Amino acid sequence: MSGIGSGYDLSTTTYSPDGRVFQVEYAGKAVDAGGLTVGVKCVDGVVIACEKLVPSKLHKPGTNRRTRAVARHAGVGGSGYTPDLAAVADRARAECANYKSFYGDAIPGKVLAERMAHYYHLFTLYWSVRPFGCSTLLGCKDFDGYHLYLVEQNGECAKMRGACIGKGKNAAKTEVEKLKLNEITCAEAVKELARIVYATHDVKDKEFECEMSWVCDASDGEFVRVPEDIAEPAREAARVAAQGDAMES
Amino acid sequence: MAVKYADGVVLGADSRTSTGTYVANRASDKITPICENVWMCRSGSAADTQNVAAYVSRLAQEHAVSVSSAGADADEGIKCDVKLVANITQKIAYQNKDRLQAGMIIAGYDRKLGPQVYGIPLGGAMMENPFTVGGSGSAYIYGWCDDTFRENMSKEEAQAWVKRAISLAIARDASSGGVIRLVTIDATGVSRQMIQPIEQPLCDEELPAVKRS
Repeated sequence: MSGIGSGYDLSTTTYSPDGRVFQVEYAGKAVDAGGLTVGVKCVDGVVIACEKLVPSKLHKPGTNRRTRAVARHAGVGGSGYTPDLAAVADRARAECANYKSFYGDAIPGKVLAERMAHYYHLFTLYWSVRPFGCSTLLGCKDFDGYHLYLVEQNGECAKMRGACIGKGKNAAKTEVEKLKLNEITCAEAVKELARIVYATHDVKDKEFECEMSWVCDASDGEFVRVPEDIAEPAREAARVAAQGDAMES
Repeated sequence: MAVKYADGVVLGADSRTSTGTYVANRASDKITPICENVWMCRSGSAADTQNVAAYVSRLAQEHAVSVSSAGADADEGIKCDVKLVANITQKIAYQNKDRLQAGMIIAGYDRKLGPQVYGIPLGGAMMENPFTVGGSGSAYIYGWCDDTFRENMSKEEAQAWVKRAISLAIARDASSGGVIRLVTIDATGVSRQMIQPIEQPLCDEELPAVKRS
């Protein structure tokens, strides 16, 4: 009895008769339409990779980044509507700075993830605002190690070992599930994630960049982009592998 | 006052609370728990410091519960990082510096940084120190403390050192007196001691306390 056109999908302040909030689900569709984001937690850190779709050849490579550092020890990557992603990342930065000034220490991953989820959730409660059209993966180092959190557009928040959001997330998820996340290092994960991003890329979408960031022992616990001398060979190998697959099929 | 020793901290205080020259309470407890493993020595206005302690306690415990994955455990008691508690206290002291008359010492033990002592004096500064003294009697014992302090004392040495320092302050300072209260915190937990005037060391040839029947 409900669905599109029934009038229950016009505001987040109205439930449909079967208990759904359509506006929030539509926001989820915006996330699914955005380029893939994959993140894994390995033995020595967290790696986040994005399939950044490039709408025009006039865009300068490396701009419009989809992974962003929000503190020295934490960063986010996400899929969906990119301006929303920027707004969420800005809020995460504010939360990090605020926590640091009040408690005198770097914000723990769990607290940051929960505060971000809370921010997302606020935008699902009032008719005057629109839910965010993006979900985020949060990579973080704190006193008890590295953490990966999935913070979704509806305000859900979960601690993950591996997570995928955006276009082709299901195909990517089956690939991530094959990885031995308890054994592999970040250096190995970079290759795997590049492979997954290239393999699941839909050829109908023209150009894309595979953007990768990590927070790990190799980066001294700082959230930074994966150095080019590690990232580029991984991308190159993934490119070759993806072309090989395309030839076979 | 509070001092770091080899594997813990000792907090000490006298027990005099006065309103002008009148001793309002001769057995007050100026060492207040913020959470299981972090305690505060209060000096200045009792009203101000009691309320700052209450605020800090709430904020610190709220934070500890939201960070721990297990949630609050009734038997375990809530544990906080000492530095975090000191930071909250400093923030409140500084933001309300023109309203408060509060000198506080935060000391405790946590697994991350071990034993720690933080002094938060009147203006809302914060400094980590091997030992800190505060309150009216402190002026009389700075020299003695600087002279006799040693790092990595044993628990018993640290307790005796604090006891001696406070008895010296009590001997000279008219606004200090009563019993000496000690709180000792280490990895294994918290213990409390109370030293009555009759048991306190005599200072500077003062007359011994009269034992009452």
